Amino acid sequence: MIDFQFHNPASLDEVLELLDRYGEDARLMAGGTALVLQMKQRFSQPDHVIGLRGVAQSNGIGTLDDTGDSIRIGALCTLRRLEDDEQLRQRVPMLAETMSRVATRRIRSMATLGGALVNGDPNQDPPPALIALDATVEFTSSAGTRTCPVEDIFIDYYETDVRPGEVLTAVQVPVPTEDTGAAYLKFLPRTADDYATVSVAAVVTRNADNTCRDARIVLGAAGTTPVRARPAEDVLRGRELSEEVFRAAAETVPDAVDPLDDFRGSADYKREMAGVFVRRALAQALSNAPAPYGSRLG
Amino acid sequence: MVNGVECEADVPSSRLLIDFLRYDLGLTGSKEGCGVGVCGACTVLVDGELFASCITLAAAVEGAEVTTVEGIAEEGHLHPVQQAFIDYGGFQCGICTPGQIVAAKALLDTNPHPTEGEIRHWMMGNLCRCTGYYGIINSVAAAARNNGAAR
Repeated sequence: MIDFQFHNPASLDEVLELLDRYGEDARLMAGGTALVLQMKQRFSQPDHVIGLRGVAQSNGIGTLDDTGDSIRIGALCTLRRLEDDEQLRQRVPMLAETMSRVATRRIRSMATLGGALVNGDPNQDPPPALIALDATVEFTSSAGTRTCPVEDIFIDYYETDVRPGEVLTAVQVPVPTEDTGAAYLKFLPRTADDYATVSVAAVVTRNADNTCRDARIVLGAAGTTPVRARPAEDVLRGRELSEEVFRAAAETVPDAVDPLDDFRGSADYKREMAGVFVRRALAQALSNAPAPYGSRLG
Repeated sequence: MVNGVECEADVPSSRLLIDFLRYDLGLTGSKEGCGVGVCGACTVLVDGELFASCITLAAAVEGAEVTTVEGIAEEGHLHPVQQAFIDYGGFQCGICTPGQIVAAKALLDTNPHPTEGEIRHWMMGNLCRCTGYYGIINSVAAAARNNGAAR
């Protein structure tokens, strides 16, 4: 690893000052699970590294707050913390479950939610889950704050729309309504701690008559960014939720994704598996949704 | 703070925690295996949390409390996890053992009575290439039972 100047700021204000001073020469480091590897392999050779460990106690950047309709998660919350959080497990179980599927407990103890987003790695688990849940992110810079849907920050392979001087400070996750079911499936043919060959986050909201009011389906490891399967969502909306409709939705998926060939599978294989796992994720999401009123009486 | 002892050092910014522990402090219990955070041989605790010391900058954990395998025995007595690994054959060549023991200690600190499934899920990140995993799982389960007896 090539030497650099390490900064250990104690407040968010100091972080913003350092970012303004060093600009493109500086990289932020939260858990370091991605950045240290990139520096070891010399993919990244920053002159300045700004460590964020000392900032976790300030400005709500390391805490989780339930605001009623949504949960605000500070960007420096580790994935381990979110996996274990009782409130999150009750309010947004799919998200807590997704965290428990990332790599190993050791990596989850280091890696943070903000890092998992700004790294822009299309194989990661939190981005599809957060996009399917319609979460938004908050960026802070010396000029103020900016919010946008999580979906909008992914531009290309390891490229995210984080602008000069900005720090991703929080993620806002709407709490799903009572008639919503959600699931995250990860296809792991090799080892349990691997990146997925393909992964799927599905969130389905149903009407009292068991028709689909809304659906959001997002895939990981299926392109250079997380990929939203909009044609499949369109098939579902307004239709009665059934295995047959899920099958019809899944059939649109291979054409909606653009996976890369790698040692976890060929692009063709991943395309086919993307359809299979969308169908399974939808069935799982539906089974996680409360039964509609009519059938509850029966 | 390393294993309860205050320690102050000037290190290059690129110094990794594993190298700091092994070469600067002479604590050679933690091993570097894969160097990319996957194998678990370098597992240590930082403020009680599992960390891969091979992808942690020493400077980034300034002010934190680091615990290595050398720091978990108490007053000359082996930690129950260490004793169980001996009694139940939880190791063979021993390279992965320091990481296994630190990971198992962290599990029992968090969850004193884990099920076998919980042990497997937790220990998944610590690879062993010789003994196989049954000896390790049996050792952790035995340490958990002794944990109960001691309380």
